[in-house]
Amino acid sequence: MIAALNGIEQAEHLPARGLGHRMLYAFHCNSSTAKVGSYGARGEVPPGRGSPGRPAQARFGAVTDVFETSGVMKSYGRAFVVGPIDFSVPPGTTTALIGPSGAGKSTLLRMLNGLIWPDSGTVRFRGRPLAAGELQEIRRQIGYVVQGGALFPHLDVRGNVSLVARWLQWHPTKIAARIEELAAIARLPRDALRRLPRQLSGGQAQRVSLMRALMLDPDVLLLDEPLGALDPMTRFDLQEDLRDAFARLKKTVVMVTHDLAEAAFLAAQAVLLRDGRIAQQAPVEELARAPADEFVARFVRAHRRSP
Amino acid sequence: MIGLALAIALQVGSKQFTESVILAEITVQALRSAGVEANHRRELGGTRVLWEALRARQIDVYPEYTGTIVEELLGGQRDLAGALDRLGMRAGGGLGFEDTYAIGMRRGESERLGIRSLSDLARQRNLEIGLTNEFVRRRDGWPRLREVYGFSDAHVRGMQHELAYRALRTGGIAATDLYSTDAEIQAGDLIVLEDDRRAFPRYDAVLLHRADLPDAAARALARLEGAISAREMIAMNARALIERVPEAQVASDFLRAKLGVASSGASRGALRRVAGRTAEHLFLVAVSLAAAIALAIPLGVLAWRHARVGQAILAAAGVIQTIPSLALLVFMIPLLGIGAGPAIVALFLYSLLPILRGTHAGLAGIAPELRESAEALGLPRSEVLRRIELPLAAPSILSGIKTAAVIDVGTATLGALIGAGGYGQSILTGIRLADTGLILEGAIPAGVMALAVQGAFDLIERALVPRGLRG
Repeated sequence: MIAALNGIEQAEHLPARGLGHRMLYAFHCNSSTAKVGSYGARGEVPPGRGSPGRPAQARFGAVTDVFETSGVMKSYGRAFVVGPIDFSVPPGTTTALIGPSGAGKSTLLRMLNGLIWPDSGTVRFRGRPLAAGELQEIRRQIGYVVQGGALFPHLDVRGNVSLVARWLQWHPTKIAARIEELAAIARLPRDALRRLPRQLSGGQAQRVSLMRALMLDPDVLLLDEPLGALDPMTRFDLQEDLRDAFARLKKTVVMVTHDLAEAAFLAAQAVLLRDGRIAQQAPVEELARAPADEFVARFVRAHRRSP
Repeated sequence: MIGLALAIALQVGSKQFTESVILAEITVQALRSAGVEANHRRELGGTRVLWEALRARQIDVYPEYTGTIVEELLGGQRDLAGALDRLGMRAGGGLGFEDTYAIGMRRGESERLGIRSLSDLARQRNLEIGLTNEFVRRRDGWPRLREVYGFSDAHVRGMQHELAYRALRTGGIAATDLYSTDAEIQAGDLIVLEDDRRAFPRYDAVLLHRADLPDAAARALARLEGAISAREMIAMNARALIERVPEAQVASDFLRAKLGVASSGASRGALRRVAGRTAEHLFLVAVSLAAAIALAIPLGVLAWRHARVGQAILAAAGVIQTIPSLALLVFMIPLLGIGAGPAIVALFLYSLLPILRGTHAGLAGIAPELRESAEALGLPRSEVLRRIELPLAAPSILSGIKTAAVIDVGTATLGALIGAGGYGQSILTGIRLADTGLILEGAIPAGVMALAVQGAFDLIERALVPRGLRG
């Protein structure tokens, strides 16, 4: 797995590869207190229908976190409990949620856009606690991509990508132009636009899924194992394309992956979860250099050795 | 418009046997010739159905027998006129003949064994007796004979009326119950045993009607009192049953010969008859199915969104489905009377479950990641339902509707039992007259319609199910 090995290498040079802007923001997160981000929230007017808002500048010059969770917990019976988890995602960063299967990565990700509602604790989006009444509007500001793409089988590529824009009554020429633009970003061949999901390859489906998530030009992307179902070569290509896209579009990205190399390649920050809790949170290379505990060290070692 | 015409016209009901149909036809034609608008609601059912329909004012008059009124309907009250009066009904003077229960034997056998009366028969302990099931049960039937004549149950068998006649002709049984005006008595050379101890009550034929009939109608009915002798009734039954003359024709011939009344008893040709039945049948199916679709799809969505409510809804629809269709139709009579209305309600109730299940299963079968992705788009729930969930569930919903439609076409044939018309009417009449042609006239179009409905839904499926979900 060349990409994986490369990933570790490249991760160490991340700032040098033009992703340095991420470092402008402090990545503050630990299970204790740091909540700098919530200052700017007050008085922020929620953006209107279809016009994704920009991160608000805080009054004291600090930047409002895009996401901030405090003490969120979700239990699935007694056996599987996620949380309590406190962490935050500053704007413009790419954060990878990593960890073994069943560590709670996907649950945490879904709590960020309200697909899963925590039993206790709060999730803040741009400083405001998620409220059921505002979810639809918030979700239109957050692109969402899952493993396999989850394209709607009854709609062709255009139909999938333009679903929400059509509801927002965008002008057809605007929709067409945006789709062209997205096809270029996602490097989807133009003749694939008329195809049905079942006529697409796995990689193409994933690219379309990314286009769908980007249609309204949201500032924030949530990706759940976006490349999980792909063969290594397709995966390699898509990793490159995703990284370019993230860098170019200056999005705030939170992605779930079980692959440390992929995390290293795509994300500046990693949140390593174990049994529903955060085991360590740090830039990826630091996990290898200074593992917080034996579990982290073992997790890193396991990935180094994997083929 | 039809409803309006029916509301103004007097409704004459008949039971599901030939004599009742002929008498009702005579009544209708007599009313019409007296200038009273009248309709014949043919072969609505048995005594209970007609009685309930009369009480609910769904019909205004029907031929009945005094013994049946006293024994079956009034629970043995002797004061017939008084009891009916309290219910707002009246039985006119007798039509002139009695159609009593009787026990019949082949003439040859009765002469050989010297059996002339029921007392003689009761003394013969080894003869096989075949009785209709209703006769075995009725208080004024076999139980009364056992009590009065001391019959034993040892050689008694319950059977169907037509089969009993056939068994009697071939010697399989020695005696059976019959009606004293049955056409088969003449045709089969049977004799009716004398009821020497007067076990059976009188079964004088009367026209049972509501007390507040318009005067012109009451006068027209009165003209029929005493007009029909037992011999004439037997002859008319024989013409209809054995010579296959339509009842309307038999009735009009009788009225012309006996009362000098000219009336038209022209019956429709087979093609027009089938066309009429098809229209009635389609009406039943289309209205009930449309209503069921309109209710069951939203209910299915509700059931899927709220699991607990959903279980209750699905369970309720399941219970309705387990009620035998015949019972459901009869339950409808006290609530909704007779005719197309209650039949449509019954069919509607039957159609709910398949559509409900199809909708629920279709929505529940949507892959979780698709549902999540739909939710994550930030569309309102109604939009997610309309643009994503319902299209994805469409194949399952449509197959539910298709199942309901095909079941509907079949079940609608039972609608004829409560006067809703349709192909079932031909089948019922065909069974009554033992006319296979007439049975097929109802059964074949019903089968064709079921296939056509199936085909139509296949086409609709092709048009409605998104390309991405097919094959």
